[in-house]
Amino acid sequence: MSVAVTVAGIQPEEPIRTSEAGPAPKRIVVAYGFWIFLLSDIVMFSALFAAYAVLVRATAGGPAGPALFSQTSVAIETACLLISSYTCGLMTLAITARRRLGTYIGAAVTFVLGAIFLGLEIHEFADMIARGAAPQRSAFLSAFFALVGCHGLHVTMGLLWLAVMMAQVAIKGFAANVLRRLFCFALFWHALDIIWVALFTVVYLMGVRS
Amino acid sequence: MSATYYPHVPEDAPRSAEAPEADVRSGFIVYGIGLFLAVLLTATSFWVTNTSLIWAPGVPLGLAALAVAQMGVHLVFFLHVTTGPDKTNIVLALAFGLLIVFVVMAGSLWIMTNLHDNMMPSMGAAHADMQQ
Repeated sequence: MSVAVTVAGIQPEEPIRTSEAGPAPKRIVVAYGFWIFLLSDIVMFSALFAAYAVLVRATAGGPAGPALFSQTSVAIETACLLISSYTCGLMTLAITARRRLGTYIGAAVTFVLGAIFLGLEIHEFADMIARGAAPQRSAFLSAFFALVGCHGLHVTMGLLWLAVMMAQVAIKGFAANVLRRLFCFALFWHALDIIWVALFTVVYLMGVRS
Repeated sequence: MSATYYPHVPEDAPRSAEAPEADVRSGFIVYGIGLFLAVLLTATSFWVTNTSLIWAPGVPLGLAALAVAQMGVHLVFFLHVTTGPDKTNIVLALAFGLLIVFVVMAGSLWIMTNLHDNMMPSMGAAHADMQQ
């Protein structure tokens, strides 16, 4: 302690180094913690991707990728999720500028596009199950439903989270804790889009060819 | 020692009303560039899948390269992962996460391919029966 005081007394003009600037603001700590969570989520997805890649040929005489996947539906899903990621970014900008109307519009567009994505995915799953390609049919289909379903579950959670956040903005306004949650949501939504990029490439685009 | 200088957590200073305007304008451009590049890469991915111009065995590798490029675009333009000094922790955590992802995926594929290749023909048949 006394050393610090002495040093500070001798060189008062020396710029404060980051390590001496005290604890980081809560905004930074929360964002970093959430980033760690997102990375752990990505690690979990990597295990599902690995399982899928190992089991992709284990169709047990059942239907394989080229017979099941429709490129049109995947293209629409991809477009929905990509544009919703963009509108989520625009929502973040509206929040930065503290504009309520812009925030609501950005959130609404993001929500609708996410819901369209989810609807298409559920429709695709129902269609596959109706054609006898249920998760219990083969190891390939188990891995497929686990991987794509887990992503769909994340999107569902994201939509719920977004709805809750809009209620919080409506009631509490742009309070510090609401802002932190909103920025965490934006990180979550962008990360989901990154996982979808890997997913549509590995599962669908590589799947329709083999 | 730092507690001597700053005994309390710095507050989240509320931004002033006029400061965010520049942030918003540059943010608009950043998200726009990100969307443009992402659409371009996605469209290329779908084109590569359906074209006959590219040597067929090379297509999966091309798709993988496009996907990695697009994930990079998303990280930089949407998640704002940059090389700035305030992002060091985030980049280091990301690097460690990618290491784990690589070990899990490459390790699983390597081990399972190896097991598959070393399986005796009779065992292979039993394995195939088991799957049905």
